[in-house]
Amino acid sequence: MSMPERALRQRLATAALAIASLVIAALALSAAPAVAQESPGLGVEATPEQVAAWSLTVLPDGTGLPPGSGTARTGEAIYAQKCLACHGAEGKDGPNDRLAGGHGTLADAAPVKTVGSYWPYATTVFDYIRRAMPFPQPQSLSSDEIYALTAYLLYINEIVGLDDRIDAQSLPSIEMPNAENFYWEYEPNSPGD
Amino acid sequence: MTADRDLLIPAAGNGLLHRRALLAAGATAGLVLLAPRPAAAQPPAVPPWSTTPGPPADGYGERSRFEEHVQRTANATAGAPGAGGSRTPLEQLEGIITPNALHFERHHNGVPDIDPAQHRLLIHGQVERPLLFDLESLSRYPLVSAIRFIECSGNSGNLNNPEPPQQSAGGLHGLVSCADWTGVPLGVLLDEAGVRPEARWIVAEGADAAAMSRSVPLEKALDDAVVALYQNGERLRPSNGYPMRLLLPGWEGNMNVKWLRRIQVTDQPAMTKDETSKYSDLGRDGRASLFTFPMQVKSVITSPSGGMTMQGAGLYQISGLAWSGEGRIRRVEISADGGASWAEAALTEPVLSKALTRFRLPWRWNGGPAVLMSRAVDETGAVQPTRAALLAERGTSYRYHYHAIQSWAVTGEGAISNVYA
Repeated sequence: MSMPERALRQRLATAALAIASLVIAALALSAAPAVAQESPGLGVEATPEQVAAWSLTVLPDGTGLPPGSGTARTGEAIYAQKCLACHGAEGKDGPNDRLAGGHGTLADAAPVKTVGSYWPYATTVFDYIRRAMPFPQPQSLSSDEIYALTAYLLYINEIVGLDDRIDAQSLPSIEMPNAENFYWEYEPNSPGD
Repeated sequence: MTADRDLLIPAAGNGLLHRRALLAAGATAGLVLLAPRPAAAQPPAVPPWSTTPGPPADGYGERSRFEEHVQRTANATAGAPGAGGSRTPLEQLEGIITPNALHFERHHNGVPDIDPAQHRLLIHGQVERPLLFDLESLSRYPLVSAIRFIECSGNSGNLNNPEPPQQSAGGLHGLVSCADWTGVPLGVLLDEAGVRPEARWIVAEGADAAAMSRSVPLEKALDDAVVALYQNGERLRPSNGYPMRLLLPGWEGNMNVKWLRRIQVTDQPAMTKDETSKYSDLGRDGRASLFTFPMQVKSVITSPSGGMTMQGAGLYQISGLAWSGEGRIRRVEISADGGASWAEAALTEPVLSKALTRFRLPWRWNGGPAVLMSRAVDETGAVQPTRAALLAERGTSYRYHYHAIQSWAVTGEGAISNVYA
């Protein structure tokens, strides 16, 4: 889908959402009077510091990426120390998920789904390492370490070079090899939803 | 008795009888039960529990020690024991409610031991006011209750294998359970935070060591999503999200994020690992679909089923479960002759939207070979497909959302096994 086309769809979707919201509100009032009670309003406003401390999510456009940077060259040593035991040398043949290779196998009887052959967004690599890895010590890595490991996983999949600097600006612009082979079964507020 | 017997009229091939027979009192008197026969304590013997005072009432109940064999079947990932789960023993349960201790589990890095006093739910992102809630404050909101199933989208996945796996009904299909969930409508909390007009999605995240995270359309979040605090009347079990989880009725299991601690309102999906690398559906052409949210119409016969042994020719009651993430079950049909003929099963009330539905049908087993199948239809008219049709459409790399008709073969000796028929 071209960008203007997407922008147009988005505007149409916004209009549809407004109508849908009115319909939903009307249905809620008519069908479920028992639930249509006022909120007691007990939420406590969170400070920007509180929100920042818990915000792990990185969006595909790079929203949520922290300051810092790394390269595959520095990531290789961190990988050897913290990742290799589970994921194997160069992301292959470890006891847990394979991370590299498998390019061109997705239509085979036994597809090999890796970061390089399957994952549609590079930002997901940073997001997932930061929230969940290493498996025995999640949320223990610094932002520089996470950028470096992200660079290394992209490097062993031949997506970036050994000394390419990966940071909040460069990561969202990386095009993953399999990105075009995903389609959405759900589009927000498109006609018929 | 004679009148009841008259109701046992054939409804389809190989001994299936009309479902009306179940409605007649006494018609089940001849049923052979698939359970061990009692060995003693028959008259004239007087059993010891009738002549000795029992223990007094206690604070939190235990099941009979004779039922301790009823267990979930667990599996774990090598080197990562917390990344695994356990399956509900469907064939050992009746009705539609899964007891809390037997609700299926799927964890991505173990079960966190959360102190509710220190747990918070943060709602932020594209809202007017980022808000924090704790368990105590949420418990003061107007609560809603609903009986809903939750099914892992990987349930039944090994039925893609070329050879039929030999497991019980629960071993094959036990990543589905059903409970009475009570909590706060998520829309109430989102309204309080003030969702901005550009918002289209929420990103839900757990407080576990995997910080499990999924993107959910705002449309669903404002429709029937609930921040669940209670499961079958008591607080959630730790393995099911204590102290709070997201409930998204009918949608794939891991979107019902457990140990819910954060909801970020966004204009785009986050494309988390668990909605791209996992829980996406790879088709036979090498292309993959994202956001296949609803679990499709499905059913399984839980008795008789794999691993059980028939107790001789005679009258049996076929019993099973049907469900659909798209709404109510409209009809379940049963075949005893491998799909050559079908009879409509009786649906046991209540028949609820996005809940397990119990179906039953009398069957006179003649002692010969039989292939039992169930086929569900939901209120949208969607029909459970055959395995051959499902695999022809998707190929075998798809893995998730397997919902084809299950076939149990019964031999002349009464052994029951899983077959591809």
